[in-house]
Amino acid sequence: MEQKYEPYYVPEQSKFPLFATIGLFLTVMGLGNWLMEMSNGTEGKGQQVFLLGLVILLFVMWKWFGQVIKENHAGLNSAQLKRSYVWGMGWFIFSEVMFFAAFFGALFYVRTFALPWLSEGPTAEYLWNDFEAEWPLMTTPDMAANGEAATVLGPEKNMSNPGIANWFGWLPFWNTALLLASSVTVHFAHTSLKSGKNQRQFNLWLAVTVSLGFLFLVLQAEEYIEAYEHLGLQLNSGIYGTTFFMLTGFHGAHVTLGTIMLLVQLARSVTSWAWRLPPIIALIVAFYVALFGGHFALSIKLAMVGAACGLLIFVAAMKPNGIFHHDDCFGFEASSWYWHFVDVVWLGLFIFVYILG
Amino acid sequence: MAHGPAKGLSRWLFTTNHKDIGTMYLWFSFLMFFLGGLFALVIRAELFQPGLQIVEPAFFNQMTTLHGLIMVFGAVMPAFVGLANWMLPMMIGAPDMALPRMNNWSFWILPFAFAALVSTLFMEGGAPDFGWTFYAPLSTTYAPPSVTLFIFSVHIMGASSIMGAINIIATILNMRAPGMTLMKMPLFVWTWLITAYLLIAVMPVLAGVVTMMLMDIHFGTSFFDAAGGGDPVLFQHIFWFFGHPEVYIMILPAFGIVSAIIPTFARKPLFGYSSMVYATASIAFLSFIVWAHHMFTVGMPLAGELIFMYATMLIAVPTGVKVFNWVTTMWRGAMTFETPMLFSIAFVILFTIGGFSGLMLAIAPADFQYHDTYFVVAHFHYVLVPGAIFSITAAVYYWLPKWCGRMYDEAMGRVHFWIAFIGLNVTFFPMHFSGLAGMPRRIPDYNPLWADWNMISSVGAFLFGAAQVLFLYIVIRTIIGGKKASDEVWEASHGLEWTVASPAPYHTFSTPPEVK
Repeated sequence: MEQKYEPYYVPEQSKFPLFATIGLFLTVMGLGNWLMEMSNGTEGKGQQVFLLGLVILLFVMWKWFGQVIKENHAGLNSAQLKRSYVWGMGWFIFSEVMFFAAFFGALFYVRTFALPWLSEGPTAEYLWNDFEAEWPLMTTPDMAANGEAATVLGPEKNMSNPGIANWFGWLPFWNTALLLASSVTVHFAHTSLKSGKNQRQFNLWLAVTVSLGFLFLVLQAEEYIEAYEHLGLQLNSGIYGTTFFMLTGFHGAHVTLGTIMLLVQLARSVTSWAWRLPPIIALIVAFYVALFGGHFALSIKLAMVGAACGLLIFVAAMKPNGIFHHDDCFGFEASSWYWHFVDVVWLGLFIFVYILG
Repeated sequence: MAHGPAKGLSRWLFTTNHKDIGTMYLWFSFLMFFLGGLFALVIRAELFQPGLQIVEPAFFNQMTTLHGLIMVFGAVMPAFVGLANWMLPMMIGAPDMALPRMNNWSFWILPFAFAALVSTLFMEGGAPDFGWTFYAPLSTTYAPPSVTLFIFSVHIMGASSIMGAINIIATILNMRAPGMTLMKMPLFVWTWLITAYLLIAVMPVLAGVVTMMLMDIHFGTSFFDAAGGGDPVLFQHIFWFFGHPEVYIMILPAFGIVSAIIPTFARKPLFGYSSMVYATASIAFLSFIVWAHHMFTVGMPLAGELIFMYATMLIAVPTGVKVFNWVTTMWRGAMTFETPMLFSIAFVILFTIGGFSGLMLAIAPADFQYHDTYFVVAHFHYVLVPGAIFSITAAVYYWLPKWCGRMYDEAMGRVHFWIAFIGLNVTFFPMHFSGLAGMPRRIPDYNPLWADWNMISSVGAFLFGAAQVLFLYIVIRTIIGGKKASDEVWEASHGLEWTVASPAPYHTFSTPPEVK
């Protein structure tokens, strides 16, 4: 009997959950207080508590993941336990799908029902002075009713499809190309890992994927800067700005997370810290300079981040440490599923926010 | 694996053991049940007579809001998760939950989240006062400052629920003992599998809707503001897309519990096992397409009213299958009426009453009369109190001997049942009448027309509250001084959890049992 089943590893005790809870609690309560202080215009400790909580949470997660990796290397993880991780990641991604569904649902409802109803019958006649439904919504009901006195202003210009002839000068098109390509490259990384022969090829494809993710983020940021500075399109520009920024913003946050996940997998697969750190520092510096260090042209930003990515790819081409095996690479696989999910969400955005926008 | 529990406080703080975590969930839920109950008694005390006697209207609103939130998210859901933690691994022959550390994380988030929520009572501007359904713009434009902390506590309790649900699904799908095929699983396992699916599907939607509120409040977005092209009704749609599956999250595990208890005390196998499974799945599916029946009066197109009305009435079919199966299980059984069975039979009868008033509410034109009256309050308290609370109580009496190895006092259990049963009906049955007579929900003062019904309700509420104090006493007395229980505990108990010793050893099924 004893020999028939591999034991399922149940850790004795763990300090991680409680400390992760404390970190999470400080993070959200700090953030909540910070927001309240901003809204009231009062001084407080919200921001510091938020940052402290975030540091604790990230530190605990670092140690927690590290512990799981150690246990795996120690051979504690049976095939059954690994299936638990697979189920866990799969259902987590499903929960993320439902989170986005709420926002896509809001977009659908506003466009299909809310705006037409605002522009019909007595609602338009008495409340919102002949408001006309349109999408993208450039003139808000507030503007229709109150003219100059309106507080909720629509954007001056929008992000919608400029017509297929102009796609080459349209950032969302390039972002689509980047993300679709990255889904293919991460799949190449996976197949080269599965073939079990060439770890270096795996690292290279992974580095290319991560680079595409970073370039996507630069373009996305550029699009936001453009919207805020030139199009008058902001988070508070009526329902169009609301849905545009919330959908693309949450997607961008997920791309960031997915890129970091893949970068962590890549870093683990690169020999040593001496090799890991330089490209990571270069990326952080390049991003910081590109986004906050003055008004560089897009080409310069792309070149800076691209150069850092080049360093990353170069390092990835060095001797790999073979941490992943073709039958033991859950960390990478989970990250890649997440990446494919982020990609699919983008396709939804591209269709419903941009093309049909 | 042979280790026992750690010594001292660290056993509870750092545990990875499903039984420890289940125990913590259950005690936490018990605490929240008393806190939410206390708030309910404040409400009932104020409503004892017309006029304003005890609390300010603003505080009354905070009480209705916190009573709902705490009972839903703090008492009922954690109690079911606690039962799942204790029972699922033992029922399917697993050594523990699939992801033991994450399991403890799911638990520990809850005390922190509720500490934050309850602390808003002491904030300037007071606690959330917009009802547990927190409709915009009450919860956005007109909300007290504490709404921000409310939003974040909902976020983290949602994270806790999602992690808990992922753990439960992974456990059920991956950890069953050899031979434990899906269609051999006890119904409690089945109902929890489906509940966990519902949780993962809708808790993120709740997170989405509170995020939209947060953005509207602090960042000037227009989700629920018509001035910018949004719509407050959008809030209701998203909320109830979460909210309707949520009410089934609070009842499906209850179906599983009574489906375990009734066969034991009727000494017959459950009638129609597979139809129970399919009925549960049907109810879960239907729960996604009926949400707007909570919003019949909001101004929907006629087609919407009709679709949601008919879809809602369809739910009566699988629910009816379940009720008939329970009744048929009892039919010609050699029944005895121990406390768990009393609570289960009361469940079947009273939940059916709540189901019927639900059908009345489902009729859109009639709902225009019932909407936002005490009839609705009576309806959902009839499904939640004898539904969720009675089933949890039944589960505690049924499995407590397995958990602590000691038997509760049967006579006292029955006294508890009868006080609770009478208190419950005296509280909630008159609400049907005050509601039909037009009494609106969520008001501290009312027309003397409804005075008699309210006075009766308030007396019943305090009786029901007293019954729960007795329950606490019975549980504590059982744990510290109950008579030794046998391994089978009940004469006709059936299932893997009864094959292990009482109390269940710290680790069970480190090697999986054979299931024939």
